Amino acid sequence: MKYIVAIIKPFKLEEVREALGALGVQGITVTEVKGHGRQRGHTEFYRGAEYAVSFVPKVKIEVAVDSNLADRVIEAIQIAAQTGQIGDGKIFMLPLELAVRVRTGETGSAAL
Amino acid sequence: MSWTDSFKRSSLTLAGGLAMVGLLPASQAFAAASINKGDTAWMLMATALVVLMTIPGLALFYGGLVRSKNVLSVLMQVTVVFSLLAILWVLYGYSLAFTNGNAFIGGFSKAFLSGVNISTMAATFSKETYIPEMVYVIFQLTFAAITPALIVGAFAERMKFRAVILFMVIWFTFAYLPMAHMVWWWAGPDAFTLSPENIEAVKAAVGETAAADFLAKLAAATDDAAKAVVLGDYASAVNAANGWLFNKGAIDFAGGAVVHINAGVAGLVCAIMLGKRIGLGKEAMAPHNLTMTLVGTGLLMFGWFGFNAGSNLEANGLTGLVILNTILGAAAACLAWCFGEWLTRGHASLLGAASGLVAGLVAITPACGWVGPMAAIVIGGIGGIICLFAVMWLKAKFGYDDALDVFGVHGVGGIVGALLTGVFVNPALGGMGVTDYLATDTATKLLDYVFSAQMTAQVYSVIVAAGLSAVVSVIALLICKATVGLRVEDQDERQGLDISSHGERAYS
Repeated sequence: MKYIVAIIKPFKLEEVREALGALGVQGITVTEVKGHGRQRGHTEFYRGAEYAVSFVPKVKIEVAVDSNLADRVIEAIQIAAQTGQIGDGKIFMLPLELAVRVRTGETGSAAL
Repeated sequence: MSWTDSFKRSSLTLAGGLAMVGLLPASQAFAAASINKGDTAWMLMATALVVLMTIPGLALFYGGLVRSKNVLSVLMQVTVVFSLLAILWVLYGYSLAFTNGNAFIGGFSKAFLSGVNISTMAATFSKETYIPEMVYVIFQLTFAAITPALIVGAFAERMKFRAVILFMVIWFTFAYLPMAHMVWWWAGPDAFTLSPENIEAVKAAVGETAAADFLAKLAAATDDAAKAVVLGDYASAVNAANGWLFNKGAIDFAGGAVVHINAGVAGLVCAIMLGKRIGLGKEAMAPHNLTMTLVGTGLLMFGWFGFNAGSNLEANGLTGLVILNTILGAAAACLAWCFGEWLTRGHASLLGAASGLVAGLVAITPACGWVGPMAAIVIGGIGGIICLFAVMWLKAKFGYDDALDVFGVHGVGGIVGALLTGVFVNPALGGMGVTDYLATDTATKLLDYVFSAQMTAQVYSVIVAAGLSAVVSVIALLICKATVGLRVEDQDERQGLDISSHGERAYS
């Protein structure tokens, strides 16, 4: 099993969800986050005061998938979240040792 | 400026008695002073509008500009200062501002509203036209309450609540009340009519013995020249009790010096003496809710119609002009501020537009009843640009932390307005001209406009307002520092005043 974490532009979330749904991914966890990579922040002015906003709002999505689905999931996210502009985000894949469904106690791929 | 209804009755009786014995030609019959109901209705309305200016107008305007951890502390300070000053106003404020005393401060004759009842009257700017003194008391109460509340923006996010209260009591008593008396106190137009029928007004103006003395001299005067001498002496005696700046000829329609320069300079002194907020320049201190600020701006502007146009004390064409000037001044400053931001920053911002509206309202306040509509646009535009400069560059250059720009908007805008009033009151520039309230015949007699004389008077009012307010503020803050302390503890400031000073928070 693989655990896939992607940081994407917030307005791309719905397209990514649809793409993952088409692949049969059952569950997804979404968090609103802030951060920065190579994309610069922006500057805000309030009367005389100037503030550099270094952290850009992003959405972090997390999905746990069977190993044989992982490459296709990553490809789907990469295509759905892409705009071609700087700041499109990153995708990370981690090995996943265990998954447990709380309701039934099922483990492994059956729990996904 | 006001006396009991016994005046009306006694003067009627006196006039009747004199007419019967043939001492008084019918053509000289004195129309008894009476309440104008239309004016009264308008003044009640205007008074309610000015209350709205403070709570919630000013409170929301300021509340949106601070960080979310301090919004309640600002709303709280504005609300409690308003309430405190409303009480102080009737205890001694009204009496010290609006009774005869000396040229700088009134007396205690109306302390605790002694002698003020539902029948007593307050003079307007027209002869024989009065509003109930009760209405005048509460209209002026709203001015006394909003002025100290304006200062809250300067020391926002760091001052101890106890210190705020103590400071306001001292500042109101020794800065606001003398300024209101010096600029606005005069005997009213009817006090200048020296005649036996007007005896109550004459007595109120110069005292009982002097009144009898002047009337005797007038009766003894046989020819016109002799009468003119008596009337001149009498007018001088009446004017001796007027406010010092009023007699200097300084014009301030709705409170440029008394309210805005006064509060703005106090704000500057507070910002300097309290020091900067922790983290200024390092941490983000962006306004937490500019939507709230715009709602507050709108309520301020709406209330300002009562503030400016109510200052006419009557409902007439001039009242309409004042409201028009108020809108035009605000609109021109809004556009000027946005344009200035666009030129220097590349964006016109909502905060800039809202700040421009307030700066324009401040700048037009002293001028609103003295200038024409085209001049109002010019005053607003100049006020907007200069306030923008003060807020963006002046503050940065001198490094004081006037948190919500009380000095930059109210102090600077008030000074610009007070000086430009002296320019645009000129009839040649569409102004109303300077009414000679001190003339023996006050029937809307215009003085010749002399630029240098008028500007000298305006500069006097600016310097006196700024100087008095600065001195009183320094002393008041030193007293606060020595007794209750000025600033909250560092950890409380970091946590936010909502929790640390008031035990509650705005958003959860």
